[in-house]
Amino acid sequence: MTKLYCLSAGEVTTGIKNLDFSAEEYIFQILERIEKIDVKINAFTTVNKNCALNTARSIDKKIRDEEKNIGPLAGVAIGIKDNICTRGLKTTCASKMLEEYVPPYDATVVKKLKDSDAIIIGKLNLDEFAMGSTTEYSRHGSTRNPWNIDCVPGGSSGGSAASVAASECAVSLGSDTGGSVRCPASFCSVVGLKPTYGCVSRFGLISYANSLEQIGPMGKTVSDVVLVMNSIAGMDDNDQTTIFGVPNYRVQPKKNIRVGLVKELVEGADDEISKCIYNAMDLFAKSDCKCEEISMKSIEYALASYYTIATAEASSNLARYDNIRYGFDSSPDTYEMNTYFAKVRSNFGEEVKRRIIIGSYVLSSGYYGKYYMKAQKIRSLLKQEITSLYKKYDVLITPTMPVLPFKFGEKIDDPLKMYNIDVDTVLANLTGIPAISIPAGFSKGLPIGLQIMANESQEQTLFDAASLFESTANVQRSPEL
Amino acid sequence: MVMAIKIGLEIHCQLTGLQSKLFCSCHCDYRDREPNSNVCPICYGLPGTLPLLNQKALEFSSMISFALGCKIPSKILFYRKNYFYLDLPKNFQITQYNAYGITSIGVDGKLEYGDGKCARIRRVQLEEDPGRLVYGESNIDRSFYTLIDYNRAGVPLVEIITEPDFTDPKDVRIFLNKITSAIEHLGVCNTRLEGSVRCDANISIEGGKRVEIKNIGSFRETEKALNYEITRQKTMSIHEIEIKAETRHWDDSRKVTKQARAKEEEQDYRYFPEPDIPTVILGNEFLSSLKTKIPELPDDRKSRFIKDYRLSEHVSQVLIDNKELADFFESAVKIYSSPKEIANWIVSELMRVMDVNHHKYSKEERSLFSDLKVEPKHIAELAKLVDQNTINRNTAKKILNQIIKNGEMPAQLVEEANASTIDDSKVISEAIESIFKSEESAVKDARQNPNAANFLLGKIMQLTKGRVDPQIALDLIKKKLIETN
Repeated sequence: MTKLYCLSAGEVTTGIKNLDFSAEEYIFQILERIEKIDVKINAFTTVNKNCALNTARSIDKKIRDEEKNIGPLAGVAIGIKDNICTRGLKTTCASKMLEEYVPPYDATVVKKLKDSDAIIIGKLNLDEFAMGSTTEYSRHGSTRNPWNIDCVPGGSSGGSAASVAASECAVSLGSDTGGSVRCPASFCSVVGLKPTYGCVSRFGLISYANSLEQIGPMGKTVSDVVLVMNSIAGMDDNDQTTIFGVPNYRVQPKKNIRVGLVKELVEGADDEISKCIYNAMDLFAKSDCKCEEISMKSIEYALASYYTIATAEASSNLARYDNIRYGFDSSPDTYEMNTYFAKVRSNFGEEVKRRIIIGSYVLSSGYYGKYYMKAQKIRSLLKQEITSLYKKYDVLITPTMPVLPFKFGEKIDDPLKMYNIDVDTVLANLTGIPAISIPAGFSKGLPIGLQIMANESQEQTLFDAASLFESTANVQRSPEL
Repeated sequence: MVMAIKIGLEIHCQLTGLQSKLFCSCHCDYRDREPNSNVCPICYGLPGTLPLLNQKALEFSSMISFALGCKIPSKILFYRKNYFYLDLPKNFQITQYNAYGITSIGVDGKLEYGDGKCARIRRVQLEEDPGRLVYGESNIDRSFYTLIDYNRAGVPLVEIITEPDFTDPKDVRIFLNKITSAIEHLGVCNTRLEGSVRCDANISIEGGKRVEIKNIGSFRETEKALNYEITRQKTMSIHEIEIKAETRHWDDSRKVTKQARAKEEEQDYRYFPEPDIPTVILGNEFLSSLKTKIPELPDDRKSRFIKDYRLSEHVSQVLIDNKELADFFESAVKIYSSPKEIANWIVSELMRVMDVNHHKYSKEERSLFSDLKVEPKHIAELAKLVDQNTINRNTAKKILNQIIKNGEMPAQLVEEANASTIDDSKVISEAIESIFKSEESAVKDARQNPNAANFLLGKIMQLTKGRVDPQIALDLIKKKLIETN
């Protein structure tokens, strides 16, 4: 029997539309695969079993009845990070605070996926409220890296990356606030995109840091990522920060791209990683691209700026979890209001508490100018610098992560060490530009990702460069499991 | 002892003239609905929702800013004010904040009131109303439980903050009347709806710290709360007790201010710009189109009343202070053009009845006319009947009382009661003739004592059901007394 679960999203839709196999057969295999593999990987928080099978059957019927309106993602199993609202399906943020929370509405991206006839196969594991880089801070337990189950899959969208790498779903959605799509994409050797800020609606994404984050697709190939982007991107009346645009992205490997390699970020990475990125530059050069090493002066402040802004916004966003309107079972009887707040809010995990405390501190009167305002100034500086760089280059390349996937528990006791590994990814969030992580090679059997960044709204340029690299580098995507 | 008093106001005004809430499409009109039935994921603050700014609210709040003489900036931002409270679905309020060169929708205004007085407006800001807490008992201290109704959460609210420019609670009342009239004229708020306008105040007396009074339910209560607070602070000052900076709550039932139950420390609201609402660029086009949308404001209307209708300054002011009265007046004048007569009927007669009702419903401010069946057409016709001498003023007053109760037209009532003035002196003479016959002893008395003629007049009025002009009748009686002597 063909391994339908291994197919890319494009192959699935084509196969189903051509009646090579039915959506039901495909989903059935996917569910079997999840049942068999996920005990090892722990990528899913909820599997949407019955609903997925029913949707598959209705898509099959539509195709049999030769209806015209077959969606571009017909039958494709897609996993959704568990911080994106799905109507009638638990959305927990991997937190005790939302352990029983069932949203009454679909996020815009989920609605669009359903309109494209994609099948929501389940909800995917993450660090609590998307705060983390390893998926170790999850109430559902850590997700494991399919390439080596003793290693972290990256985070916070660890479930989204691992599920794709382990062929538990064809594509997935993650969210990227400071690298949360690209980091696990790199660690699990899949393709992950953080779109331009405002390109994809955030309505229904449970906020961590509103001014930085975007929902982004993950898949085994650039073309799968493009396919999903064409469904989810675009202006949304429910999100006033979305920007105008009708997505019509194409896969067209293009030569003659002007590539800038950000020296500071390549030099700051572990040796095997810098070597891999220089090799990537050589590959671009061989495809008639003009490659240069460039330097970014303000990059050294990016991480500090990021953690100041992200925690500030988080401290306010997470204030609503007071267990009064929704939450977990805990009677307020006999409690005074503030004591009750304190009691229920002690159920946040350690990392979330840490960020709420830092965020409250940087916003407090007397410190606002010293931290938050300063962080915003750095943000504008970075934006200026990057805008001028894009006058000379089409894309900038860096490692996605400065380190290889590491063992569980290795950095968990040292928050600063943990924060430091986001050094390469936060730039795109602070400046709002699109960035993609694409498999670039392996070292010691562990994946290395190449990050490509383009200017604001230049997703097509990014895809051009990424597919050029993909076709020349030819890096393995799925491990044997 | 004369001590300097400084009073500043914080006025909250719901934009009830809007269809929907500030950040979602739920009804702005939350009153008389099942608790928690006027909510959606956005105003309920459910995870993942984003605020969608109501553009019309920007227009309304800038109209208020304009009417208060404020500067309206070309771009504005919204801020988050972070604090925990049960009625706040997100545990932060989306509001505005003046910092780092960016201001709220209105700043640095001033409003003249009374006779040439003036109060400076510090700022006007647009924000969301929280939900409503309902206590098991009427009093929070005695209540064992609290219910939360989020129907109100997200209703657009404009906060008007004045400089501490008031020295007398009476001035505050006049100022608040002016503000009420202005927002009624703008059509942005129905101030008669319960809780649609509230005014908190801060007050300090010479040598004392600033005390804030919160929880004042209506504009009328503000003056009472201030008077109470002045007495309290003066008494403390006389007894040399230190007046500390504090927040006090107005107890509406006992008419006293009380120290806020929880010790309210200096709160740090950790303001920062709301990331989900992009900076709003108002721009020149918005500002110039705004000016065309501003309807006639109270001051202009008053000038027009004085000029076009030749009303006195005082009468014009009384009418303008309440848009309902001014509108009533103008409708009546349209039907019958006798502005002075109509204005007099409204100001001296109608308002007397209204005041009575006003007290009756002091908790819940309702329409001035809600219990009265009188309409502009009634007053117009009444004025006409008086102008044409069909009825005299006394009769007209009696008829007005009937109109108020049953809403019948004056002419109809006059006919029914056969009350038109008897100005035919023949008919009056006949009446006198018959009284002179039946009241012989009184006639005799009257010849001795001229004052006793009034008794005869009374009898005449009785006989004619008050329809004769008393002065004419008295003259005729006196003439008859002399003639028959």
